[in-house]
Order: sequence, then structure tokens, then C-alpha cells
Amino acid sequence: MNLLDIFKRRTSAPVARERLQVLLAYERRNRSQPDLVSILREEIMAVIAKHVQIDQDYLQVSMDRGETMSTLEIDIQIPNKSPMPLAMAG
Amino acid sequence: MGKVVVVTSGKGGVGKTTSTAALGAAVAKTGKKVALVDFDVGLRNLDLIMGAERRVVFDLVNVIQGSAKLSQALIRDKRVETLFLLPASQTRDKDALTEEGVAEVIGKLRSVFDYVFCDSPAGIERGAQLAMRFADEAVIVTNPEVSSVRDSDRIIGLLDARTLRAEQGEQIAKHVLVTRYDAARAARGEMLSIDDVLEILSTPLLGIIPESQDVLRASNLGSPVTLSEPLNAAAKAYIDAAKRLEGEQLPVIVPFERKGFLDRLLGRRAA
Repeated sequence: MNLLDIFKRRTSAPVARERLQVLLAYERRNRSQPDLVSILREEIMAVIAKHVQIDQDYLQVSMDRGETMSTLEIDIQIPNKSPMPLAMAG
Repeated sequence: MGKVVVVTSGKGGVGKTTSTAALGAAVAKTGKKVALVDFDVGLRNLDLIMGAERRVVFDLVNVIQGSAKLSQALIRDKRVETLFLLPASQTRDKDALTEEGVAEVIGKLRSVFDYVFCDSPAGIERGAQLAMRFADEAVIVTNPEVSSVRDSDRIIGLLDARTLRAEQGEQIAKHVLVTRYDAARAARGEMLSIDDVLEILSTPLLGIIPESQDVLRASNLGSPVTLSEPLNAAAKAYIDAAKRLEGEQLPVIVPFERKGFLDRLLGRRAA
């Protein structure tokens, strides 16, 4: 390590802070949802993860409760570029 | 009516028991009547930190099950006469606590003491939920480290959902107590800063306890650091935190690392 590296070295605290902010925003959102939706979310995510790698952010599950009928809305985004199907990657 | 304060964290090993002992002793030293209740059934440790491990005869579970009176189970501290300890059971399992039983014990303590500190077990299971159930205020013990902050966030969610106060639509006052704060590492950007922690948890700060050998020594000796070494930096931080808990407006000073002359001259970072 030369002298300049000391000054260039990126400190780890900002990384920790960023990771936490993203994670907690996700966990808080999930926490306030009814249980059924979070169970569905997890299971749908598990099914997708078998075939394609996607970020948790790309899956949106929400439920609208009406008087006689409720609607479940599932929005899955699969990016075209980076996440290759697992079979090809392996 | 006394105030019930739960000391909680989610994560284990962050300093709940040490902080319960130090805060409770600091409040009791001002003349207030204080009871410390250990909720960690099966893994009691508050008795050890308080130096009362050889004086335990009856415990919380005995009182709840009616085999001992509350007055028989409370252990008076030998150093501060307004300080009492209600130990947890070492042998029973966690299911020995019932919500009705805990409600009755906390109700009785609240009518006699000015402050009741509930030392929560780690985790978010039944024991932790019972410890917070009847609290008016919560001290969330957090280390400036990712897993501890995440668990604290989880606990804050539980405090806002599962406490009796929350269910009745009232607010539970929450405070973050940052423990094991290492000023040198924070200065080097290797540890989450106080601002980071507070911003992420968006909960007011009760105090910052610096990482200190003296806290460990106090535990070894079986005495809260606020009693054994009240002039020490960590003890002072606990005493100030206790004052804030009692409503005193005291500014929190973030500990900083004093750099030596040579370090500054060379711009050297502390090792």
C-alpha cells in the first residue's frame, strides 16, 4: 500500500449507512402490509428466483380490499441486461 | 404512579443488562425508588451484573405463580437503599411468564416505585414482547453497527405495534442509547456515526456511552459502573442519560478522539 492509498481509501461507514437505508425502507414497507401479502410476496419471489435473478425491488405485490371482491396486483419487472437466466450462468 | 421503562434492543450482546444496571443505579442514587426487573427467564444475568447473584432466593416466576410474595423476591441493593432487583428465574422456561401475571407484578411495582426498569431478553419472541408490553417508555440500546441498527429498527416497529400503550392509541416514548461508541473508529469513517444511526432510526438520542474497559471491570466486580466509578467517562455518560430520562434537558456531546501533536503534524490517522 503506498502513501496515496491512505487518502484514497473509501471509508466503510457510508456504505453501511446506504445499505441500511435501502434495507430498512424495504423491511418497513413489508411490515405494514397485511400478512397474506408478505407471504405471497415471499413465495412469488422464491419461484422467480429459481429461474431468474432479480432484485426484491422489481417485485411489487399489493392488495386492494373491496367490499365484495379484492384484487391482487403483482408487478414483476425483469431487466433485459444483466440478470442472466441461472441455467445459462451456471 | 411510577414510570415503567423497558430496556431493549433485539440483538443480543449490545449492553441491555449493563445499561439497565447503570441507568437504574444512577436514577436510584438521586433518591428515587427504583426496581430493576430481569425478564430474561432461563438466562438471568442482571443479578450477576448487580453483584446480587448469591442473594437470589425467589424470582419473577415464583411471584407470578404465587409461590412467593413480591416483597420476598425483591432484593435490596447493598449500596443504594432505594434500589431493588427482581431477578429472573434461572431454571424455568420462557412460557412460565403469562401476560396476566406480568401485568399484576408490573402494576404492583408501579404503585410502589418511581421507576421500574424492565431488562428485556434478546430477540423478538414472547419474552421480549412481555418485557415491553406494559412500558411507558423504551430505551433502545444500539451499537453503531449494521446488524444492531437493523434489529433496533425492528424493535421500534414492535414497540409501536405490540405494547399496551400503542394498542390503546397512546404514544410510547422511545429513546436510543448508543453504547460501545468508539470515537477513533468513527473519526476514521469505519463506524456508523451518531448522525447516521439517529437518521436511520429517526428516534431521539438518550446518550452515547463510549467503549470502555471500565464498564467491563464494573461487570467483573458486580457493580454498576455508575456506582463503582462514577467519575469515569462511561459512567458520566450513563448518569447524564439517566438525567435526560428524568426529563432534564442536557445537550449530548459526541465523544471525540483527541489527536496528539505529532499525529496532527503528520496528518497521521490513529491506528
